[in-house]
Amino acid sequence: MRLTPDQWIFWQHGFFKINATLVFTWVLMAVLVVGAKLITRKLSMDLERAPWQNLLEIIVSGIEKQIEEVGLKQPKHYVAFLGTLFLFVAASSLSTLIPGFEPPTGSLSTTVALALCVFVAVPLFGIAAQGFGAYLKSYMEPTFIMLPFNIVSEVSRTLALAVRLFGNMMSGAMIIGILLTITPFFFPIVMTGLGLLTGMVQAYIFSILAAVYIAAAANTGRPKLASSA
Amino acid sequence: MLIDWFTVGAQLLNFLVLVWLLKRFLYKPVLQAIEAREQRIAAALAAADAKNIEAEKARSGYESRNAEFDQQRDTRMASLNTEIAAERQRQLEEVRRDADQLRAKRAAALRDDAKALNLAIAQRAEQEVFAIARKTLSDLATVGLEAEMAAVFIRRMRALDDAAKATLATAIKSAPDAAVLRSAFELPPETQAAVQQALNETFATEVRLRFETASDLVSGIEFTANGQKLAWSIAAYLAALEQAVGDLLKQATDRAAQSASKPAPASADSNAAQA
Repeated sequence: MRLTPDQWIFWQHGFFKINATLVFTWVLMAVLVVGAKLITRKLSMDLERAPWQNLLEIIVSGIEKQIEEVGLKQPKHYVAFLGTLFLFVAASSLSTLIPGFEPPTGSLSTTVALALCVFVAVPLFGIAAQGFGAYLKSYMEPTFIMLPFNIVSEVSRTLALAVRLFGNMMSGAMIIGILLTITPFFFPIVMTGLGLLTGMVQAYIFSILAAVYIAAAANTGRPKLASSA
Repeated sequence: MLIDWFTVGAQLLNFLVLVWLLKRFLYKPVLQAIEAREQRIAAALAAADAKNIEAEKARSGYESRNAEFDQQRDTRMASLNTEIAAERQRQLEEVRRDADQLRAKRAAALRDDAKALNLAIAQRAEQEVFAIARKTLSDLATVGLEAEMAAVFIRRMRALDDAAKATLATAIKSAPDAAVLRSAFELPPETQAAVQQALNETFATEVRLRFETASDLVSGIEFTANGQKLAWSIAAYLAALEQAVGDLLKQATDRAAQSASKPAPASADSNAAQA
């Protein structure tokens, strides 16, 4: 039994390999980008617009509104990064509906990669908003004694992000797989529905936590909200 | 080991590529569309606000203009009413004046008619009386009547006052041959002698009297001497009768004129009350 799609390898040459995680990621990327391209090809600036355009506008403006509610004053600067995080994780969760499709977020490598992105993005956005010195100084707030604790906190929350998402996605896929062997018909369907809900909630939590970290770095230096799910 | 570091690196790269692609194909165009729509809506709202303000301005302008029009209309109405009242008064005055003139004209015409009628009646009466008298006298005419008439003439001549007598005497004396006694009938010689004697006695002179007959005298005697005349005839009675008839006619004419002029002032008053 595969715990992660990383283990499903299509091609390998030494260190380089093409596994199911990468292939399914590319498929998802292609669907997202082509879909977006197709819908935004004929965008209407008028009051009347196509239903697909309406859907995209609802999603994008919803993401923007969430980012603003977290405390980031100029959501347009962050919407590409945080919005893509949410869309990618959400699309992965939705893809569990397709038989034989393994969500890329069920791979710890993918979630680590995403968490690393957040780990790098937080100081970058913080420095962009406050300046280099002010951002570094924020690690020694309220006193320099807090410096190691702040660094540990930074690293640990990145790890928590990665493991949380991986655990939820992997466990969902695992539970469905196990239940399919025990009770083949009704129960897996219920669990798939529950998995969808969990996946969407995870997508929301992942992107909102990233937004909160970035907001904390950009606005006040240190995160005051350390929530976990 | 669940983490494959090559996959981590590849996924990292994949994610960054996806961020770039979605930014280019999704977020940017969608956000631009939303922004453009918001700008259009804002512009439309601003235009609507501007139109509202303009409409409000126009409305207040029209209202003030309406009020001005109303005021002007009221003023003109009031002045028109005044003019109409004045014109009405003027026309009423004119009509009243015309009516008065007409009434006066009618009264004058009536008076003229009455006068003419009066004259005609008088002439007719006189003619009738003369005719009757003439008929009566011609029927009754006798020497006795002539004698009686001469006697009356003599009595009246004797009863003349002194001034009249003196005037007649002067006239007779200035032209003794011009004395003429005219009568309707040929006076008998006794009567002629009596008249001659009475004249001589009255004026204390010898009057050379010439006797003439004049049918137009009807009945009576007329003595003429150098422009002075003493007469007694039925004409005196006729004059009295003429006077009486004339008075009667005048009264009748006045009553008619009063009854004709009464309705006119009443109508003029009613017109004045309406005005």
